[in-house]
Amino acid sequence: MRQQPVLEVRGIRKEFPGVVALDGVDFRLFPGEVHALMGENGAGKSTLIKVLTGVHPSDGGEVVLAGERVRIAGPLQAQQAGISTVYQEVNLCPNLSVAENIFIGREPRRFGLIDWPAMRRRAAELVRELELDVDVSAPLNSYSIAVQQLVAIVRAVDVSAKVLILDEPTSSLDRDEVRQLFAVMRRLRDQGVAILFVSHFLDQVYEICDRMTVLRNGRLEGEYLTSELGQVELVSRMIGAELAGLDQLGGGKRRERTAPTGPAFLQADRLARRGAVEPYDLDIRPGEVIGLAGLLGSGRTEAARLLFGADQSDGGTLRIEGTVTALRSPRDAIARGIAFCSENRKTEGLVGELTVRENIVLALQAARGWTRPLSRTAQDAYALKWIRALDIRPGNPEALVRNLSGGNQQKVLLARWLITDPKLLILDEPTRGIDIGAKAEIQKLVANLAEEGMAVLFISAELEEVLRLSHRVGVLRDHRMVAQLDNDGGLTPERVMATIASGAHA
Amino acid sequence: MMSTAAAASPVKAVTRSRLFWPAVVLAVLLAANLAFTPDFFAVRLQGGHLYGSLIDILHFGAPLILVSLGMTLVIATGGIDLSVGSTVAISGALACLHISESTDPGSLATVLTAAGIALGTALLLGAVNGLLVAKVGVQPIIATLILMVAGRGVAQLITDGQIITVTSDPYKLIGGGYWLTMPFAILLSALVVLATVLLTRSTALGLLLESVGGNPVASRLVGIRAMRLVALVYVFSALCAALAGLMVSSNVSAADGNNAGLWIELDAILAVVLGGTSLNGGRFSIGGTVLGALIIQTLSTTVYTIGIPPETTLVFKAFVVIVVCLIQSPAFRAKLAARGARARRTARPHAAAPTTNREVGA
Repeated sequence: MRQQPVLEVRGIRKEFPGVVALDGVDFRLFPGEVHALMGENGAGKSTLIKVLTGVHPSDGGEVVLAGERVRIAGPLQAQQAGISTVYQEVNLCPNLSVAENIFIGREPRRFGLIDWPAMRRRAAELVRELELDVDVSAPLNSYSIAVQQLVAIVRAVDVSAKVLILDEPTSSLDRDEVRQLFAVMRRLRDQGVAILFVSHFLDQVYEICDRMTVLRNGRLEGEYLTSELGQVELVSRMIGAELAGLDQLGGGKRRERTAPTGPAFLQADRLARRGAVEPYDLDIRPGEVIGLAGLLGSGRTEAARLLFGADQSDGGTLRIEGTVTALRSPRDAIARGIAFCSENRKTEGLVGELTVRENIVLALQAARGWTRPLSRTAQDAYALKWIRALDIRPGNPEALVRNLSGGNQQKVLLARWLITDPKLLILDEPTRGIDIGAKAEIQKLVANLAEEGMAVLFISAELEEVLRLSHRVGVLRDHRMVAQLDNDGGLTPERVMATIASGAHA
Repeated sequence: MMSTAAAASPVKAVTRSRLFWPAVVLAVLLAANLAFTPDFFAVRLQGGHLYGSLIDILHFGAPLILVSLGMTLVIATGGIDLSVGSTVAISGALACLHISESTDPGSLATVLTAAGIALGTALLLGAVNGLLVAKVGVQPIIATLILMVAGRGVAQLITDGQIITVTSDPYKLIGGGYWLTMPFAILLSALVVLATVLLTRSTALGLLLESVGGNPVASRLVGIRAMRLVALVYVFSALCAALAGLMVSSNVSAADGNNAGLWIELDAILAVVLGGTSLNGGRFSIGGTVLGALIIQTLSTTVYTIGIPPETTLVFKAFVVIVVCLIQSPAFRAKLAARGARARRTARPHAAAPTTNREVGA
């Protein structure tokens, strides 16, 4: 098959203050293919996408679209040129109907007024074409995130159907939803749409993609056919010389563990919050890692938020180091040695316009109050120590945290809590949306912290990860803790899954 | 791989500074005045007092600097304080009322008591604003709108609808007197600016305010007592406004409940924005705010020195403000630069490389 690429970029370059994010990257996308963009966090994937969609102007190189050299000046021009993007966070209006969301800004008109019946009819046709079961007159927020994402795709494809960019579309979808998304992607591919797919799930990449481009440190590593590059080779291309980290994740070896005994640091007894989580019991001892497993929306985050005072419980009791305690705010919890890394790094974790250093010292400074400032020397020392310890890149403490990649942002968040020296660390999806290298580092860090006596509550959708780290796994389903399974070597992902599915001890 | 583009040039470091564009605008405005008034920059010493246009700008700009200072911290938390103009009026009215009713208006004690009453009342007004915003959760623009509207009425009640005039030398000093050759108002505002910089930057107050303004949800989860901080900045803003009110009424030796500090809240908001602090909250710059307030005051002075007819003054001001805002917007500058680059390209058509449609095996 000899064919001309629908989109080609040559020698693209992009600099941010202090960082060269893209350094002479070439990239081609053919019609009717699903193409994966691979690389570790900070390799330049997001930047390349933002250049292609006109969010960032490039500092060099050229973009050729359908044989013509183009200058993409903004997201609107990108759309008009035929490049549409669906981001990880859905950028639609949840309170409008599905049909309105599909046609917003380009509503069909009749005599200058919006032609509502035509809009609904055409929306219904579009939705039907992709074999989705969606009522287009219902408000968007009556559907799950997965369906909202599919609606965003319907809109994107209808606006301009040449190139569709999907940035981490699967990170908040469950298995069935991913299958549904892939079905839609295959249908679009067969219609000749070129799809650029970014995901950290290697299995998904191998399932859906025809070809892949690998970036490393802002440079092109190579372009490969998926069928010709094995997973291990791919990972080694992504992380380059740092092959040493591979055996820790490749083998998936579990640590030898003996569950710590002794008095619990935290005991939840029938702790509950109406509408969020049913009464549950949970003990966490120093040095113990408790995993929370369950589908998205099963109440894992809600359960954890009660232990941090982020939400207040309306039933049951909480004991911390033996004393009954009512946590009225996160501040109360922090004062008692509890730390909480939220799953929403951007909205609930970092302050984007502050620097890495400022974000790292924020929790400690908040605990001291504004009248007892940390000296600049102390701040620098903390920042540099943890930048080095966690290998945060770029290693500049004065870089704005919003310019960092997801994995590095996660590390900043971890550093922020680790300098408060917590007794219980709650990690909600700490490895979501970050690359394999950073993932392994964070897992190793959690294991080490527990060995040093920290209690950890580890929430993750990835069962392998939960089982690798935890002494015990609490399983949630429909906002209820249905089981707590000892991870004594005999526990398998299948058994946890069966527990989730049946809602009882397997 | 070049990974330290930022360290490349010291010139870039200067132009990237947040204060660069406000400073450029101020310099241009001042230079424009020089064209109309050749001795604009001249400062002379006469009878132990400094005189000159530059001194005037600082002198008459002092109340605006004070009000903008408080506004900066409020805006940093993502809020806004519309009530400062009314606070200016109330503060002046209370102080003048006390002095005019006292048996000894010229004594220092009377003036200090008057200032105490004004500042104490402002403390209360600011606390009400802070409570409404931080505790009750009213949107800042609405919460402070209440006092903005009601406060004018209160000021007129205090003055009984009249303009209260006072004769008191110590009171006159605050806004109209001289000390160490300088107008006292300049020294006072400089002192407050300095104190605010110290308060925010040598404690952790600045960082915590920026965090609350930048991401309120994350700030709560990190354990910052946002409620307390937010209430505090409204109190601070009211205190700054009250001090400005003392200055304004002292300068004319009279309290005018109707007109004192009228629309100063809008000038203050503009000064903060010109100074590079975003209305969305987060990062703030006190130096920028001072420059912003001086830009606005210089503009007012310019209107008089170049003889713009009074009826077109506001249009002229609006025009300059629009231009200034555009110049400061990085997006607009990028667009200008791009347009310039394109114009240069079209001038040399051969420079644009023809696109080769390579055939590739797939």
